[in-house]
Amino acid sequence: MAYNEKVLDHYENPRNVGSLDKQDAQVGTGMVGAPACGDVMKLQIRVNEDGVIDDAKFKTFGCGSAIAASSLVTEWVKGKTIDEALAIKNQEIADELALPPVKIHCSVLAEDAIKSAVADYRSKQKGA
Amino acid sequence: MIYLDHNATSPTRPGVAEAMLATLTRQEGNPSSVHGPGRAARQTLDEARRAVARLVNVHDSRVIFTSGGTEANHLAILGVAEQAAFQGTLITSAVEHPSVRMPCDKAEQRGMTVIRLPVDASGRIDPDQLETALTPDTRLVSIMAANNETGVLQPVTEIGALCRAAGVPFHCDATQYAGKLPLQADAIPADLLTLSAHKLGGPKGCGALIVGAAVQLTPQLLGGGQERNRRSGTENLSGIAGFGAVAQLVAPRIEAESLVLTALRQKLEEGLLKSVPDAVILGAQAPRLPNTTALALPGVDGETLVMTLDLAGFAISSGAACSSGKNTPSHVPLAMGLDHALTRSVTRISLGWDSTEHAVDRFIHAFHRSVDRLRKGSHFA
Amino acid sequence: MNKPIYMDYQATTPVDPRVMEAMLPWFVEKFGNPASRSHAYGWEADAAITTARKQVASVIKADPREIVFTSGATESDNLAIWGVAQFYRDKGNHIITPTTEHKAVLDTCRHLESEGFEITYLPVQTNGLVDLAQLEAAITPKTILVSIMAVNNEVGVIQPLEAIGRLCRQKKVFFHCDAAQGVGKIPIDVNAMHIDLLSISAHKIYGPKGVGALYVRRQPRVRLKAIMHGGGHERGMRSGTLPTPLLVGLGEACRIAEEEMTAENNRLLLLREQLKNGIMSQLTHVALNGDADARVAGNLNISFSYVEGESLMMAIKDVAVSSGSACTSASLEPSYVLRAMGVNEEMAHTSIRFGLGRFTTAEEVDHVIRIVVGAVNKLRDMSPLWEMVQDGIDPHTLKWAAH
Repeated sequence: MAYNEKVLDHYENPRNVGSLDKQDAQVGTGMVGAPACGDVMKLQIRVNEDGVIDDAKFKTFGCGSAIAASSLVTEWVKGKTIDEALAIKNQEIADELALPPVKIHCSVLAEDAIKSAVADYRSKQKGA
Repeated sequence: MIYLDHNATSPTRPGVAEAMLATLTRQEGNPSSVHGPGRAARQTLDEARRAVARLVNVHDSRVIFTSGGTEANHLAILGVAEQAAFQGTLITSAVEHPSVRMPCDKAEQRGMTVIRLPVDASGRIDPDQLETALTPDTRLVSIMAANNETGVLQPVTEIGALCRAAGVPFHCDATQYAGKLPLQADAIPADLLTLSAHKLGGPKGCGALIVGAAVQLTPQLLGGGQERNRRSGTENLSGIAGFGAVAQLVAPRIEAESLVLTALRQKLEEGLLKSVPDAVILGAQAPRLPNTTALALPGVDGETLVMTLDLAGFAISSGAACSSGKNTPSHVPLAMGLDHALTRSVTRISLGWDSTEHAVDRFIHAFHRSVDRLRKGSHFA
Repeated sequence: MNKPIYMDYQATTPVDPRVMEAMLPWFVEKFGNPASRSHAYGWEADAAITTARKQVASVIKADPREIVFTSGATESDNLAIWGVAQFYRDKGNHIITPTTEHKAVLDTCRHLESEGFEITYLPVQTNGLVDLAQLEAAITPKTILVSIMAVNNEVGVIQPLEAIGRLCRQKKVFFHCDAAQGVGKIPIDVNAMHIDLLSISAHKIYGPKGVGALYVRRQPRVRLKAIMHGGGHERGMRSGTLPTPLLVGLGEACRIAEEEMTAENNRLLLLREQLKNGIMSQLTHVALNGDADARVAGNLNISFSYVEGESLMMAIKDVAVSSGSACTSASLEPSYVLRAMGVNEEMAHTSIRFGLGRFTTAEEVDHVIRIVVGAVNKLRDMSPLWEMVQDGIDPHTLKWAAH
């Protein structure tokens, strides 16, 4: 299967690979997917005092499209408020990367990862 | 050796072998593989598919590559019959190629009713009879475009229209027709169309079934899900590349070639009738392929004449080449009303893209001599 | 090294230049329909096909009269199983085949189920091999056919053909063997192994695609119903005009394979061990799939834990391999062969098949080791699962939501 250039670019030069301190109260961690399904995505966001995401990191076990989708959302969420980040839809991700139908689930997973990371951050804030 | 047996197989046209050799030497992968070599193979496959689709003026997705005309005919007939759970009626003609007759027989054994329309003395079915035979119970009509032994054309336009009106899929074995007469723009209004690469001057072992969008087929070869699940098995890549090349080559030439062949054959038939006046050309009154002449020669054994001419350096055939040396009289002349003795005398001369006037002249001469000797009983062989 | 390295010899093999040379004249100068016996062209083609038939028969120690040419192993498998089932359906309606067979066998069996046949899908052991006691227990008085492959296409394991054959003969059950991956790679003797039907593919042994053969035993005679009728070619078992150049190619491919098998296997074994040791000595959490010993020399199937197979294929894109990952299959299911061997889904997703063959060199193997080790390390650095493992957490102890 021939990959779109943007997928290849993110795959070969993934942005923001790595981890943030998940104990940090400003950091929200989202982990979605399952090893048995062939993809697991971990997305971390750090939210500053103004409620703006100032850093994002990912690690992904999955196919090239899953890695590219993760890499793309780390770029997109940075500088966005939490609500703006939550407004990112899987279709936008799929469109940006020109994902074929069999790879749409990768974009769904990436959207879920944002939601999961935000939920983690919010639950930490509530608890604090 | 002068080769006048193009309906058996047509010599590979120039350029075809090169296309095939290119795929073999490029070391392409398996078209089902996702890596580079696999994708290269897929591309070869796609290009050939486009060329074949253009030859018959359909969308690429309609083309299923098979191991040849025989397999395509089986897939069309048994694929539709199996969809119908071998219930209902199948209509075919009395002069079909064995690769259509046999799957029809098989469908009959499994429970279908098979109607075999007779042909008239010129070898054609009567569309009125087809219209009468078509009922709500009919599941498929399978009638060839052009007969392999006589070149006689069936009234496919009428057949197609009748089938369409009745809502019955029409399968047409165009193995002999394709490449000899134009196939553009609904020349044969069929839902299923059989093609064979080697009859066009392409490679053996490769053919296609063209399948209309509305036709449901049960696959006959199961396994890897190739050809959109309709024909499994790793694709015959070199054969398909050769098929694509020959389709591309032939498509723009068909009209001109058919005119040349028509003139050549006229010369041939005039010459033959002049030297052997009691010879009878089968289907002479019917529209025929421009390249085929089937001759009945009272008092001559067709098989012996073929051998005699072979030794003299001319390749023609008696009956159908596909009968693998079996010496049973052909069903086609019998269906046209010839008696057994005359049927055994039938020989077929089929011209092709490499035939020349000079070759035809020499053949007429040799034919005359051979018939003469056989009739005098002096078998020099 | 800039040229892509081909390590997918189980998917298909490049045509050997010697095979090309043998086919060449048949593409251009010679044509003739081999069923047209009455003229010289036909005779010449006939002679070439006779030679090819002998060459094919020789590599499996059969008689040339027992070889039926087909369009490939898929057709051979369909013809063998469907043909025998239909011919002998009055004798019995039970067929046994392992769960790890090629789809051409499994799909044909599944189709026969819809026609009233009973199929036992025999499980395999974790090493991929059939358990003979289980096979024996599965045979009933209604069993007419056992279909077991010689060599598995994904994991390369070699089934105990002789023992299976002996058992089948003793139980008076026909034994069909899909040997598409076995011919020319392991010694096959249809008589010593009591094989009644055997499928052969040309493009797996450096011949052209689109041609194969089915061996059908004459004594004791095996009969089958033809799938394709029409011209009465091939002893009435298979109709359709024979592609002379492809048949010549198949024959030559068999000749070379037979002649060079022993030396080639020794060479490939060294290369494969070089590849295996190179990878395994530099990476942890890698597992060999399939039996280590009962295996063809050209196959290495490895799961790289915590690295998804398709992304690994992308990372090593200059090396053509295949993966058991769902992402590389049309079905979106991970390899059913690995699953049948008890490999869990996650590990199936991380598997890569390296197929070595006639044109593989030691330099290529070294290069592939370097690329693979580098890519796996890079992807593991990117893998959340690998991170957990480094933190001492076993990802399998976590509860994952399926999606």
